[in-house]
Amino acid sequence: MIDIQDLNVVFSSGADRVHAVKDVTCRIAAGESFGLVGESGSGKSTVLRALCGLATGWGGRVTVDGEALEPTAQRSDAFYKTVQMVFQDPYGSLHPRHTVNRILSEPIAIQGLDKPGSRVEEALEQVGLGHGFRFRFPHQLSGGQRQRVAIARALILKPKILLLDEPTSALDVSVQAEVLNLLMRLREELSLTFVLVSHDLAVVSHICDRIAVMRNGEVVEEVTADALAQGDPSERYTRQLLVASKGYDRAAIDQFEDFG
Amino acid sequence: MTEPLLSVRDLSVSFDTRKGVVEAVRGVSFDLGREKLGIVGESGSGKSQTGRALLRLTAPPGRVAAKTMTFDGIDLLNAPGRQLRDLRGGRISMVMQDPKYSLNPVMTVGRQISEAYRAHAKASKAVAKTKALEMLEAVRIRDPERVYRAYPHEVSGGMGQRIMIAMMLITDPDLLIADEPTSALDVTVQLQVLAILDDLVSQRGMGLIFISHDLNLVASFCDRILVMYGGQVMEELAASELHNAQHPYTRGLLNCLPQIDARHVDLPVLTRDPAWLL
Repeated sequence: MIDIQDLNVVFSSGADRVHAVKDVTCRIAAGESFGLVGESGSGKSTVLRALCGLATGWGGRVTVDGEALEPTAQRSDAFYKTVQMVFQDPYGSLHPRHTVNRILSEPIAIQGLDKPGSRVEEALEQVGLGHGFRFRFPHQLSGGQRQRVAIARALILKPKILLLDEPTSALDVSVQAEVLNLLMRLREELSLTFVLVSHDLAVVSHICDRIAVMRNGEVVEEVTADALAQGDPSERYTRQLLVASKGYDRAAIDQFEDFG
Repeated sequence: MTEPLLSVRDLSVSFDTRKGVVEAVRGVSFDLGREKLGIVGESGSGKSQTGRALLRLTAPPGRVAAKTMTFDGIDLLNAPGRQLRDLRGGRISMVMQDPKYSLNPVMTVGRQISEAYRAHAKASKAVAKTKALEMLEAVRIRDPERVYRAYPHEVSGGMGQRIMIAMMLITDPDLLIADEPTSALDVTVQLQVLAILDDLVSQRGMGLIFISHDLNLVASFCDRILVMYGGQVMEELAASELHNAQHPYTRGLLNCLPQIDARHVDLPVLTRDPAWLL
Protein backbone atom coordinates (compact mmCIF):
# COMPACT_ATOMS: atom_id res chain seq x y z
CA MET A 1 0.00 0.00 0.00
CA ILE A 2 2.76 2.41 0.99
CA ASP A 3 6.28 1.89 -0.24
CA ILE A 4 8.96 4.26 0.94
CA GLN A 5 12.48 3.83 -0.34
CA ASP A 6 15.54 5.79 0.75
CA LEU A 7 13.54 8.78 1.85
CA ASN A 8 15.73 11.76 2.67
CA VAL A 9 14.44 15.10 3.88
CA VAL A 10 16.75 18.09 4.24
CA PHE A 11 15.59 21.45 5.51
CA SER A 12 17.34 24.68 4.42
CA SER A 13 21.01 24.76 3.51
CA GLY A 14 24.38 26.07 4.57
CA ALA A 15 24.98 26.40 8.30
CA ASP A 16 21.31 25.81 9.17
CA ARG A 17 21.08 22.60 7.16
CA VAL A 18 19.07 19.95 8.99
CA HIS A 19 19.05 16.41 7.68
CA ALA A 20 15.71 15.51 9.25
CA VAL A 21 15.13 12.11 7.65
CA LYS A 22 18.00 9.86 6.53
CA ASP A 23 17.51 6.91 4.17
CA VAL A 24 14.25 5.71 5.62
CA THR A 25 12.86 2.64 3.89
CA CYS A 26 9.66 0.91 4.84
CA ARG A 27 6.81 -1.01 3.25
CA ILE A 28 3.33 -0.96 4.67
CA ALA A 29 0.80 -3.51 3.45
CA ALA A 30 -2.91 -2.82 2.98
CA GLY A 31 -4.84 -3.16 6.22
CA GLU A 32 -1.72 -3.04 8.33
CA SER A 33 -1.15 -0.55 11.09
CA PHE A 34 2.37 0.73 11.21
CA GLY A 35 3.87 2.87 13.94
CA LEU A 36 6.70 5.38 13.96
CA VAL A 37 8.01 6.07 17.43
CA GLY A 38 10.81 8.32 18.60
CA GLU A 39 11.74 11.30 20.72
CA SER A 40 11.34 14.88 19.58
CA GLY A 41 13.45 15.75 16.56
CA SER A 42 13.76 12.12 15.46
CA GLY A 43 12.07 12.87 12.12
CA LYS A 44 9.00 10.73 12.71
CA SER A 45 6.48 13.43 11.85
CA THR A 46 8.53 14.58 8.87
CA VAL A 47 8.09 11.17 7.24
CA LEU A 48 4.31 11.64 7.38
CA ARG A 49 4.56 15.21 6.19
CA ALA A 50 6.66 14.14 3.19
CA LEU A 51 4.02 11.55 2.31
CA CYS A 52 1.15 13.99 2.22
CA GLY A 53 3.03 16.89 0.63
CA LEU A 54 3.53 19.11 3.67
CA ALA A 55 7.29 18.66 3.49
CA THR A 56 8.67 19.15 0.02
CA GLY A 57 11.96 18.77 -1.77
CA TRP A 58 12.69 15.31 -0.42
CA GLY A 59 14.72 12.64 -2.16
CA GLY A 60 13.93 8.97 -2.61
CA ARG A 61 11.03 6.99 -4.01
CA VAL A 62 7.59 6.96 -2.44
CA THR A 63 4.64 5.04 -3.85
CA VAL A 64 1.18 5.15 -2.30
CA ASP A 65 -1.51 2.78 -3.58
CA GLY A 66 0.37 2.37 -6.87
CA GLU A 67 0.82 6.10 -7.42
CA ALA A 68 4.41 7.41 -7.41
CA LEU A 69 4.61 10.69 -5.49
CA GLU A 70 6.52 13.81 -6.46
CA PRO A 71 8.53 15.74 -3.85
CA THR A 72 6.25 18.75 -4.22
CA ALA A 73 3.14 19.96 -2.43
CA GLN A 74 1.03 18.89 -5.42
CA ARG A 75 -1.09 15.80 -4.96
CA SER A 76 -3.84 14.52 -7.27
CA ASP A 77 -7.49 14.56 -6.23
CA ALA A 78 -7.34 10.78 -6.16
CA PHE A 79 -4.49 10.90 -3.63
CA TYR A 80 -6.61 12.79 -1.11
CA LYS A 81 -9.41 10.27 -1.57
CA THR A 82 -6.93 7.55 -0.63
CA VAL A 83 -4.89 9.27 2.06
CA GLN A 84 -6.10 11.51 4.87
CA MET A 85 -4.34 12.88 7.92
CA VAL A 86 -5.28 13.57 11.54
CA PHE A 87 -3.14 16.08 13.41
CA GLN A 88 -2.00 16.32 17.00
CA ASP A 89 -3.69 19.41 18.22
CA PRO A 90 -7.48 19.45 17.85
CA TYR A 91 -7.38 23.05 19.08
CA GLY A 92 -5.26 24.18 16.15
CA SER A 93 -6.46 21.94 13.34
CA LEU A 94 -10.12 23.02 13.25
CA HIS A 95 -11.13 26.44 11.93
CA PRO A 96 -12.46 28.35 14.95
CA ARG A 97 -15.12 30.23 13.00
CA HIS A 98 -16.46 27.34 10.94
CA THR A 99 -19.21 25.04 12.19
CA VAL A 100 -18.62 21.29 12.31
CA ASN A 101 -20.93 21.04 9.31
CA ARG A 102 -18.82 23.45 7.26
CA ILE A 103 -15.56 21.77 8.34
CA LEU A 104 -16.86 18.39 7.21
CA SER A 105 -18.48 19.68 4.02
CA GLU A 106 -15.34 21.27 2.63
CA PRO A 107 -13.60 18.06 1.47
CA ILE A 108 -16.89 16.99 -0.18
CA ALA A 109 -17.15 20.28 -2.06
CA ILE A 110 -13.52 20.11 -3.19
CA GLN A 111 -13.96 16.61 -4.51
CA GLY A 112 -17.33 17.51 -6.07
CA LEU A 113 -19.21 14.67 -4.41
CA ASP A 114 -22.98 14.42 -4.18
CA LYS A 115 -25.28 14.34 -1.14
CA PRO A 116 -23.10 16.35 1.25
CA GLY A 117 -25.76 16.36 3.97
CA SER A 118 -26.03 12.63 4.36
CA ARG A 119 -22.25 12.19 4.13
CA VAL A 120 -21.74 14.60 7.01
CA GLU A 121 -24.37 12.79 9.08
CA GLU A 122 -22.75 9.45 8.33
CA ALA A 123 -19.25 10.61 9.28
CA LEU A 124 -20.50 12.09 12.56
CA GLU A 125 -22.28 8.82 13.27
CA GLN A 126 -19.07 6.87 12.61
CA VAL A 127 -17.08 8.80 15.19
CA GLY A 128 -19.83 8.55 17.79
CA LEU A 129 -21.08 12.13 17.67
CA GLY A 130 -24.82 12.55 17.14
CA HIS A 131 -26.27 15.08 14.70
CA GLY A 132 -26.67 17.44 17.66
CA PHE A 133 -23.02 18.32 17.08
CA ARG A 134 -23.44 19.20 13.42
CA PHE A 135 -24.01 22.92 13.79
CA ARG A 136 -21.69 23.60 16.69
CA PHE A 137 -18.48 25.60 16.61
CA PRO A 138 -15.18 24.06 17.78
CA HIS A 139 -15.15 26.17 20.95
CA GLN A 140 -18.39 24.49 21.98
CA LEU A 141 -16.67 21.07 21.96
CA SER A 142 -14.32 19.38 24.40
CA GLY A 143 -10.83 18.27 23.32
CA GLY A 144 -11.97 14.69 22.75
CA GLN A 145 -14.99 15.79 20.73
CA ARG A 146 -12.78 18.02 18.59
CA GLN A 147 -10.45 15.15 17.86
CA ARG A 148 -13.51 13.10 16.84
CA VAL A 149 -14.49 15.86 14.41
CA ALA A 150 -10.93 15.84 13.01
CA ILE A 151 -11.21 12.07 12.53
CA ALA A 152 -14.64 12.49 10.92
CA ARG A 153 -13.15 15.03 8.51
CA ALA A 154 -10.46 12.53 7.57
CA LEU A 155 -13.01 9.74 7.08
CA ILE A 156 -15.52 11.70 5.05
CA LEU A 157 -13.81 10.94 1.73
CA LYS A 158 -13.73 7.23 2.61
CA PRO A 159 -9.94 6.97 2.43
CA LYS A 160 -7.97 3.74 2.53
CA ILE A 161 -5.09 5.17 4.52
CA LEU A 162 -5.12 7.32 7.64
CA LEU A 163 -1.97 9.16 8.66
CA LEU A 164 -2.16 9.87 12.39
CA ASP A 165 0.30 12.37 13.83
CA GLU A 166 0.19 12.10 17.65
CA PRO A 167 -3.60 11.90 17.59
CA THR A 168 -4.03 11.59 21.35
CA SER A 169 -1.09 13.37 22.96
CA ALA A 170 -3.03 16.58 23.62
CA LEU A 171 -5.79 14.66 25.41
CA ASP A 172 -6.33 13.47 28.97
CA VAL A 173 -5.76 9.75 29.46
CA SER A 174 -9.43 8.94 29.90
CA VAL A 175 -10.25 10.75 26.65
CA GLN A 176 -7.22 9.15 25.00
CA ALA A 177 -8.71 5.73 25.78
CA GLU A 178 -11.95 6.69 24.05
CA VAL A 179 -10.17 7.97 20.95
CA LEU A 180 -7.90 4.92 20.77
CA ASN A 181 -10.92 2.62 21.03
CA LEU A 182 -12.63 4.61 18.29
CA LEU A 183 -9.58 4.32 16.01
CA MET A 184 -9.35 0.56 16.60
CA ARG A 185 -13.05 0.10 15.82
CA LEU A 186 -12.89 2.22 12.65
CA ARG A 187 -9.88 0.33 11.39
CA GLU A 188 -11.78 -2.92 11.84
CA GLU A 189 -15.02 -1.67 10.27
CA LEU A 190 -13.54 0.22 7.32
CA SER A 191 -10.41 -1.96 6.85
CA LEU A 192 -8.15 1.06 6.97
CA THR A 193 -4.37 1.18 6.78
CA PHE A 194 -2.89 3.21 9.64
CA VAL A 195 0.42 5.01 9.92
CA LEU A 196 0.65 6.28 13.48
CA VAL A 197 3.33 8.63 14.76
CA SER A 198 3.77 8.97 18.50
CA HIS A 199 6.34 9.48 21.22
CA ASP A 200 4.37 7.17 23.50
CA LEU A 201 5.52 3.57 23.23
CA ALA A 202 2.39 2.27 24.97
CA VAL A 203 0.05 4.03 22.54
CA VAL A 204 1.97 2.85 19.48
CA SER A 205 2.15 -0.74 20.64
CA HIS A 206 -1.55 -0.67 21.50
CA ILE A 207 -2.57 0.35 17.99
CA CYS A 208 0.17 -0.99 15.73
CA ASP A 209 1.43 -4.40 14.64
CA ARG A 210 4.80 -3.25 13.40
CA ILE A 211 6.82 -0.36 14.80
CA ALA A 212 9.82 1.52 13.45
CA VAL A 213 11.91 3.19 16.15
CA MET A 214 13.50 6.43 14.92
CA ARG A 215 16.37 8.49 16.26
CA ASN A 216 18.13 11.45 14.61
CA GLY A 217 16.29 10.88 11.35
CA GLU A 218 17.23 7.24 11.03
CA VAL A 219 15.24 4.09 11.65
CA VAL A 220 17.10 2.40 14.49
CA GLU A 221 15.16 -0.81 14.21
CA GLU A 222 11.83 -2.27 13.25
CA VAL A 223 10.11 -4.39 15.87
CA THR A 224 6.77 -6.11 16.09
CA ALA A 225 4.50 -5.04 18.90
CA ASP A 226 4.66 -8.61 20.21
CA ALA A 227 8.43 -8.47 20.52
CA LEU A 228 8.06 -5.19 22.35
CA ALA A 229 5.46 -6.69 24.67
CA GLN A 230 7.90 -9.48 25.55
CA GLY A 231 10.41 -6.76 26.29
CA ASP A 232 13.28 -7.87 24.08
CA PRO A 233 13.96 -5.41 21.30
CA SER A 234 17.46 -5.88 19.92
CA GLU A 235 18.73 -2.28 19.96
CA ARG A 236 19.95 -0.70 23.20
CA TYR A 237 18.17 2.54 22.31
CA THR A 238 14.80 0.82 22.08
CA ARG A 239 15.42 -0.99 25.35
CA GLN A 240 16.18 2.31 27.02
CA LEU A 241 12.95 3.81 25.68
CA LEU A 242 11.10 0.78 26.99
CA VAL A 243 12.60 1.15 30.46
CA ALA A 244 11.87 4.87 30.45
CA SER A 245 8.22 4.31 29.56
CA LYS A 246 7.74 2.10 32.61
CA GLY A 247 8.04 5.01 35.06
CA TYR A 248 10.60 6.40 37.48
CA ASP A 249 13.32 4.02 38.60
CA ARG A 250 16.30 5.78 40.18
CA ALA A 251 18.72 2.90 39.59
CA ALA A 252 17.79 2.43 35.93
CA ILE A 253 18.29 6.12 35.14
CA ASP A 254 21.98 5.97 36.04
CA GLN A 255 22.37 3.34 33.34
CA PHE A 256 20.94 5.64 30.67
CA GLU A 257 23.22 6.33 27.75
CA ASP A 258 23.27 9.51 25.75
CA PHE A 259 22.62 8.53 22.15
CA GLY A 260 23.13 12.12 20.95
CA MET B 1 4.82 13.32 65.65
CA THR B 2 6.46 16.57 64.69
CA GLU B 3 4.61 19.55 63.32
CA PRO B 4 4.12 19.20 59.54
CA LEU B 5 5.96 21.62 57.27
CA LEU B 6 2.80 22.61 55.47
CA SER B 7 -0.73 22.16 56.69
CA VAL B 8 -3.77 22.89 54.54
CA ARG B 9 -7.39 22.55 55.69
CA ASP B 10 -10.43 23.12 53.51
CA LEU B 11 -8.69 25.05 50.78
CA SER B 12 -10.97 26.41 48.12
CA VAL B 13 -10.31 28.56 45.08
CA SER B 14 -13.22 30.14 43.26
CA PHE B 15 -13.58 32.32 40.21
CA ASP B 16 -16.48 34.65 39.54
CA THR B 17 -17.43 34.37 35.91
CA ARG B 18 -20.32 35.67 33.86
CA LYS B 19 -22.00 32.29 34.24
CA GLY B 20 -21.66 32.27 38.01
CA VAL B 21 -19.06 31.12 40.48
CA VAL B 22 -16.69 28.38 39.32
CA GLU B 23 -15.13 26.48 42.17
CA ALA B 24 -11.81 25.24 40.84
CA VAL B 25 -10.69 23.79 44.17
CA ARG B 26 -13.15 22.63 46.82
CA GLY B 27 -12.30 21.64 50.35
CA VAL B 28 -8.79 20.27 49.82
CA SER B 29 -6.92 19.29 52.99
CA PHE B 30 -3.50 17.77 53.41
CA ASP B 31 -0.32 17.87 55.46
CA LEU B 32 3.17 17.75 54.09
CA GLY B 33 6.36 16.83 55.87
CA ARG B 34 9.80 16.51 54.34
CA GLU B 35 8.58 14.09 51.72
CA LYS B 36 7.48 13.88 48.11
CA LEU B 37 3.77 14.40 47.68
CA GLY B 38 2.21 13.89 44.26
CA ILE B 39 -0.98 15.62 43.17
CA VAL B 40 -2.51 13.83 40.17
CA GLY B 41 -5.53 14.68 38.12
CA GLU B 42 -6.80 15.35 34.64
CA SER B 43 -7.02 18.81 33.15
CA GLY B 44 -9.47 20.96 35.08
CA SER B 45 -9.15 18.90 38.25
CA GLY B 46 -7.77 21.87 40.18
CA LYS B 47 -4.31 20.44 40.78
CA SER B 48 -2.42 23.46 39.43
CA GLN B 49 -4.75 25.90 41.18
CA THR B 50 -4.00 24.10 44.44
CA GLY B 51 -0.27 24.60 43.87
CA ARG B 52 -0.70 28.25 42.98
CA ALA B 53 -2.97 28.96 45.92
CA LEU B 54 -0.26 27.78 48.32
CA LEU B 55 1.96 30.66 47.18
CA ARG B 56 -1.03 32.99 46.87
CA LEU B 57 -0.36 33.22 43.14
CA THR B 58 -3.99 32.71 42.15
CA ALA B 59 -4.69 35.10 39.30
CA PRO B 60 -7.44 37.64 39.87
CA PRO B 61 -10.45 37.44 39.97
CA GLY B 62 -9.78 34.13 41.73
CA ARG B 63 -10.44 34.02 45.46
CA VAL B 64 -8.67 31.74 47.91
CA ALA B 65 -10.24 30.64 51.16
CA ALA B 66 -9.22 28.06 53.73
CA LYS B 67 -9.69 27.17 57.38
CA THR B 68 -5.93 27.01 57.80
CA MET B 69 -3.03 27.22 55.45
CA THR B 70 0.18 27.36 57.42
CA PHE B 71 3.77 26.88 56.39
CA ASP B 72 6.19 26.30 59.27
CA GLY B 73 4.00 28.32 61.61
CA ILE B 74 3.39 31.15 59.14
CA ASP B 75 -0.21 31.81 58.21
CA LEU B 76 -0.04 31.95 54.42
CA LEU B 77 -3.60 33.20 54.06
CA ASN B 78 -3.11 36.43 55.98
CA ALA B 79 0.61 36.99 55.54
CA PRO B 80 1.40 40.54 54.40
CA GLY B 81 2.76 41.02 50.89
CA ARG B 82 6.25 41.70 52.13
CA GLN B 83 6.48 38.44 54.03
CA LEU B 84 5.03 36.55 51.06
CA ARG B 85 7.66 38.00 48.75
CA ASP B 86 10.35 36.78 51.12
CA LEU B 87 8.81 33.32 51.15
CA ARG B 88 8.31 33.03 47.42
CA GLY B 89 11.51 31.84 45.84
CA GLY B 90 13.18 31.98 49.25
CA ARG B 91 11.67 29.29 51.43
CA ILE B 92 9.04 28.04 48.99
CA SER B 93 9.95 27.74 45.32
CA MET B 94 7.93 26.77 42.30
CA VAL B 95 8.95 25.18 39.01
CA MET B 96 6.48 25.54 36.15
CA GLN B 97 5.86 23.36 33.16
CA ASP B 98 7.59 25.08 30.31
CA PRO B 99 11.06 26.61 30.75
CA LYS B 100 10.50 28.56 27.54
CA TYR B 101 7.95 30.73 29.29
CA SER B 102 9.48 30.89 32.75
CA LEU B 103 12.94 32.11 31.76
CA ASN B 104 13.51 35.70 30.72
CA PRO B 105 14.47 35.54 27.03
CA VAL B 106 16.61 38.70 27.05
CA MET B 107 18.72 37.92 30.11
CA THR B 108 21.53 35.40 30.29
CA VAL B 109 20.91 32.26 32.29
CA GLY B 110 23.66 33.13 34.74
CA ARG B 111 22.31 36.59 35.48
CA GLN B 112 18.86 35.17 36.18
CA ILE B 113 20.17 32.58 38.60
CA SER B 114 22.42 35.06 40.43
CA GLU B 115 19.56 37.52 40.62
CA ALA B 116 17.37 34.89 42.26
CA TYR B 117 20.09 34.28 44.83
CA ARG B 118 20.78 37.94 45.51
CA ALA B 119 17.08 38.66 45.97
CA HIS B 120 17.09 36.47 49.06
CA ALA B 121 20.65 36.43 50.39
CA LYS B 122 22.86 39.41 51.05
CA ALA B 123 25.73 38.48 48.79
CA SER B 124 28.08 40.18 46.40
CA LYS B 125 27.84 39.59 42.67
CA ALA B 126 30.99 37.48 42.74
CA VAL B 127 29.64 35.20 45.48
CA ALA B 128 26.34 34.89 43.63
CA LYS B 129 28.18 33.88 40.50
CA THR B 130 30.14 31.16 42.27
CA LYS B 131 26.93 29.90 43.88
CA ALA B 132 25.16 29.91 40.49
CA LEU B 133 27.97 27.95 38.85
CA GLU B 134 27.92 25.43 41.70
CA MET B 135 24.20 25.05 41.31
CA LEU B 136 24.46 24.53 37.54
CA GLU B 137 26.95 21.80 38.26
CA ALA B 138 24.62 20.27 40.84
CA VAL B 139 21.90 19.89 38.18
CA ARG B 140 24.52 18.12 36.06
CA ILE B 141 25.10 20.68 33.36
CA ARG B 142 28.39 19.71 31.80
CA ASP B 143 29.81 23.09 30.92
CA PRO B 144 28.44 25.48 33.57
CA GLU B 145 30.61 28.43 32.46
CA ARG B 146 29.21 28.30 28.93
CA VAL B 147 25.61 27.85 30.06
CA TYR B 148 26.04 30.70 32.55
CA ARG B 149 26.73 33.05 29.63
CA ALA B 150 24.05 31.56 27.35
CA TYR B 151 20.61 32.98 26.63
CA PRO B 152 17.56 30.76 27.20
CA HIS B 153 16.97 30.21 23.46
CA GLU B 154 20.45 28.71 23.17
CA VAL B 155 19.69 25.77 25.44
CA SER B 156 17.50 22.69 24.90
CA GLY B 157 14.23 22.05 26.72
CA GLY B 158 15.75 19.53 29.10
CA MET B 159 18.59 21.87 29.95
CA GLY B 160 16.14 24.77 30.35
CA GLN B 161 14.23 22.80 32.93
CA ARG B 162 17.45 21.95 34.77
CA ILE B 163 18.28 25.66 34.79
CA MET B 164 14.85 26.36 36.30
CA ILE B 165 15.49 23.78 38.99
CA ALA B 166 18.91 25.30 39.68
CA MET B 167 17.35 28.74 40.01
CA MET B 168 14.64 27.49 42.32
CA LEU B 169 16.97 25.50 44.58
CA ILE B 170 19.77 28.06 44.88
CA THR B 171 18.03 29.76 47.81
CA ASP B 172 17.87 26.43 49.63
CA PRO B 173 14.09 26.39 50.06
CA ASP B 174 12.24 24.14 52.48
CA LEU B 175 9.46 23.40 50.05
CA LEU B 176 9.47 23.04 46.28
CA ILE B 177 6.25 23.04 44.29
CA ALA B 178 6.80 21.50 40.86
CA ASP B 179 3.87 21.93 38.47
CA GLU B 180 4.27 19.45 35.60
CA PRO B 181 8.00 20.16 35.58
CA THR B 182 8.82 17.56 32.96
CA SER B 183 5.71 17.21 30.79
CA ALA B 184 7.26 19.11 27.90
CA LEU B 185 10.31 16.81 27.79
CA ASP B 186 11.14 13.51 26.11
CA VAL B 187 10.77 10.44 28.32
CA THR B 188 14.44 9.75 28.97
CA VAL B 189 15.24 13.41 29.57
CA GLN B 190 12.20 13.63 31.80
CA LEU B 191 13.49 10.83 34.00
CA GLN B 192 17.00 12.28 34.13
CA VAL B 193 15.62 15.63 35.27
CA LEU B 194 13.49 13.89 37.88
CA ALA B 195 16.50 11.97 39.14
CA ILE B 196 18.33 15.27 39.69
CA LEU B 197 15.31 16.68 41.50
CA ASP B 198 15.02 13.52 43.57
CA ASP B 199 18.67 13.60 44.64
CA LEU B 200 18.63 17.28 45.54
CA VAL B 201 15.37 17.00 47.45
CA SER B 202 16.63 14.10 49.54
CA GLN B 203 20.10 15.62 50.11
CA ARG B 204 18.64 18.87 51.36
CA GLY B 205 15.72 17.31 53.21
CA MET B 206 13.13 19.42 51.42
CA GLY B 207 9.42 18.88 51.00
CA LEU B 208 8.25 18.46 47.42
CA ILE B 209 4.80 18.85 45.91
CA PHE B 210 4.83 17.26 42.50
CA ILE B 211 1.84 18.10 40.31
CA SER B 212 1.29 15.91 37.28
CA HIS B 213 -1.30 14.23 35.09
CA ASP B 214 0.80 11.09 34.77
CA LEU B 215 -0.41 8.62 37.36
CA ASN B 216 2.27 6.00 36.78
CA LEU B 217 5.08 8.51 36.87
CA VAL B 218 3.84 10.03 40.12
CA ALA B 219 3.34 6.62 41.69
CA SER B 220 6.90 5.61 40.90
CA PHE B 221 8.41 8.98 41.91
CA CYS B 222 6.54 10.18 45.00
CA ASP B 223 5.93 8.85 48.50
CA ARG B 224 2.30 9.80 48.77
CA ILE B 225 -0.40 10.71 46.23
CA LEU B 226 -3.49 12.88 46.23
CA VAL B 227 -5.85 12.05 43.40
CA MET B 228 -7.94 15.06 42.41
CA TYR B 229 -11.07 15.31 40.33
CA GLY B 230 -13.43 18.24 39.90
CA GLY B 231 -11.53 20.32 42.44
CA GLN B 232 -11.79 17.72 45.19
CA VAL B 233 -9.46 15.10 46.57
CA MET B 234 -10.90 11.74 45.59
CA GLU B 235 -8.37 9.63 47.39
CA GLU B 236 -5.14 9.95 49.31
CA LEU B 237 -2.82 6.98 49.36
CA ALA B 238 0.75 5.83 49.67
CA ALA B 239 2.41 5.62 46.26
CA SER B 240 3.27 1.97 46.79
CA GLU B 241 -0.42 1.25 47.39
CA LEU B 242 -1.58 2.75 44.09
CA HIS B 243 -2.39 -0.60 42.61
CA ASN B 244 -4.72 -1.29 45.51
CA ALA B 245 -6.53 2.01 44.99
CA GLN B 246 -10.14 1.86 46.13
CA HIS B 247 -11.76 4.86 44.54
CA PRO B 248 -13.45 4.13 41.19
CA TYR B 249 -11.93 7.29 39.68
CA THR B 250 -8.37 6.24 40.50
CA ARG B 251 -9.10 2.72 39.29
CA GLY B 252 -10.65 4.12 36.10
CA LEU B 253 -7.60 6.30 35.41
CA LEU B 254 -5.28 3.34 35.90
CA ASN B 255 -7.29 1.02 33.68
CA CYS B 256 -7.63 3.34 30.73
CA LEU B 257 -3.86 3.53 30.16
CA PRO B 258 -2.70 1.44 27.22
CA GLN B 259 -0.15 -1.18 28.28
CA ILE B 260 2.81 -2.29 26.24
CA ASP B 261 2.43 -5.90 27.33
CA ALA B 262 -1.35 -6.29 27.02
CA ARG B 263 -2.37 -5.48 23.50
CA HIS B 264 -5.35 -5.08 21.22
CA VAL B 265 -8.07 -5.16 23.77
CA ASP B 266 -10.58 -2.39 24.04
CA LEU B 267 -9.47 0.00 26.74
CA PRO B 268 -11.96 0.35 29.58
CA VAL B 269 -13.46 3.82 29.37
CA LEU B 270 -13.73 5.92 32.49
CA THR B 271 -17.32 6.57 33.52
CA ARG B 272 -17.72 9.54 35.81
CA ASP B 273 -20.17 9.44 38.66
CA PRO B 274 -21.63 12.83 39.67
CA ALA B 275 -21.91 11.42 43.21
CA TRP B 276 -18.11 11.71 43.51
CA LEU B 277 -18.46 15.46 43.72
CA LEU B 278 -20.60 15.81 46.82
